[in-house]
Amino acid sequence: MTTTMPTSTAPVLPPAPSSLALVGRAVDFWRVQFRRTWRGTWASTVLTPLGFLAAMGLGLGSIVDNGSGASTLGGVSYLDFIAPGLLAASVMQQASFESSYPVLGAIKWARQYHAQLATPLRVRDALAGHVLWVGLRLSISAAVFLVVMALFGTLQSWWAVLCLPAAVLTGLAFVPGIFAYAATLETDSGFALLFRFAIMPMFLFSGTFFPISQLPDWLEPLAYVVPLWHGVELCRDLALGTVTWGASLGHVAYLLLWVAGGFALALRTFTRRLVT
Amino acid sequence: MIVARGLVKRFGDFTAVDGIDVEVGRGEAFGFLGPNGAGKSSTMRMIGCVSPVTDGTLRVLGHDPAVDGPRIRSRLGVVPQEDTLDFELSVLENLIVYGRYFGMSRRDAAERGRQLLEFVQLEERASSQVEPLSGGMKRRLTIARSLINDPDMLLLDEPTTGLDPQARHVVWDRLFRLKQRGVTLVLTTHYMDEAEQLCDRLVVMDGGRIAAEGSPASLIRDWSTREVVELRFAADDTEEHGKKVEALVEQADRPLRALVTRVEVLPDRVLLYSDDGDATVNELHRCGVEPQSVLVRRSSLEDVFLRLTGRSLVE
Repeated sequence: MTTTMPTSTAPVLPPAPSSLALVGRAVDFWRVQFRRTWRGTWASTVLTPLGFLAAMGLGLGSIVDNGSGASTLGGVSYLDFIAPGLLAASVMQQASFESSYPVLGAIKWARQYHAQLATPLRVRDALAGHVLWVGLRLSISAAVFLVVMALFGTLQSWWAVLCLPAAVLTGLAFVPGIFAYAATLETDSGFALLFRFAIMPMFLFSGTFFPISQLPDWLEPLAYVVPLWHGVELCRDLALGTVTWGASLGHVAYLLLWVAGGFALALRTFTRRLVT
Repeated sequence: MIVARGLVKRFGDFTAVDGIDVEVGRGEAFGFLGPNGAGKSSTMRMIGCVSPVTDGTLRVLGHDPAVDGPRIRSRLGVVPQEDTLDFELSVLENLIVYGRYFGMSRRDAAERGRQLLEFVQLEERASSQVEPLSGGMKRRLTIARSLINDPDMLLLDEPTTGLDPQARHVVWDRLFRLKQRGVTLVLTTHYMDEAEQLCDRLVVMDGGRIAAEGSPASLIRDWSTREVVELRFAADDTEEHGKKVEALVEQADRPLRALVTRVEVLPDRVLLYSDDGDATVNELHRCGVEPQSVLVRRSSLEDVFLRLTGRSLVE
């Protein structure tokens, strides 16, 4: 029997791909994966804004506008008031779904991250690629929502075009943070807690349905901390054309801070979970 | 292709790999053989540049995984212990998305993917879902996927664990073909027959250390005898007979002493390690030992393995 002895001739390695290329490869995977399921998502993408605006804006709005609502809202119809708030809030809601189950799945169930990490991709590439993909998904939904808003006649200014990036930024403020949380979970029961005690209260009390000045005084400062309130205010100012540079840039900066902080946190929990 | 010196992997207080030295050359088929928990998978994951080295030095394809992980991984093919196939994608799409991770265009990945499906005999399943495939088919698909980037070295962590005998033989046949083509294979297994079939050289690992190293034949030569005589007695007096046989062998004036290197008394049978099984059996008869059945067989890697890692169950 012949035995091959170890030789010292190692193959020549190709140069390392750029980070951008690696992140792009991860985005591409999620795109291909989405193509198999996208048909099922269209209905909810279109029906969510239609349902919300018809029921809350027109239905509830007719009562609000005939009552004391008009003065509280500064002369803006309830439909116009609520539409940009719903845009920001529903993008946040979608962001939280897209950042929860699919992330734990890619760690534990389908293990796509593990497949990726056996290739040239690093943890940060897998993470950034998935976050970016969720951002792309959010921009599709936000664009559809904006078209529906336009059809309902709720866009009062050309600034409204910027509602698209503003809403996506609002969603993205939550994405990496929830990624970070998902990477610490063993089962999906932690997501029920997240939706019930974080996402739902934010959805209701961040100025989406009524101005936060209507909140009890002790609760009002809390709303300023919540990123959704900044997203709602930003989208509303853009849709109604009431933009002031200082306030709007402040909102953008605050939301960006959440994106960056969440990403740093996610990189830590992802590394701890995936690199052992 | 691999050079490891004093390689250590610790998880907290637990030492999974306890200072091993390994060298694997180009074109070799190298095996890590050991019971569960011996440190095989931890070693493989370090070589695959997905698990950081705790201590010691490791060079894979001539480079340091801590520095050049992505570059090294771009030239490796990995078959992990647990499949990481995407059940929501078709068989061919699984190969295409994996090829994309290596920077291949969709067209190139699809073309190479089709060739690889042919190689692992799954070409008729190209457009079917992954979920309903049998365990053996999924394993073959994972092997096809690991080859998408035409790797310099293939790492296989327990490639046939859990497969039925037919499926195992198909996998072995494909791996043997790769070996013939000059692909460097590194695999872990706890199947002796797998190691004997595929490996030019292997190490036996136990408790995070290397217990022995060599070709399957040289390991058998060094750690066992040419043949093994297995004696079975009536159900409940195996131990009594075993003691008697041990006593016979130990008597200095008997020819048995020269024939038998080692006696092992197991609950159900007595093993005599000898270079001449038939002569041993004749001598036993002459001494009045009358077992219910006698089997003379060639020594296998399993005898080496059990000698080195013990017979007690590791869990």
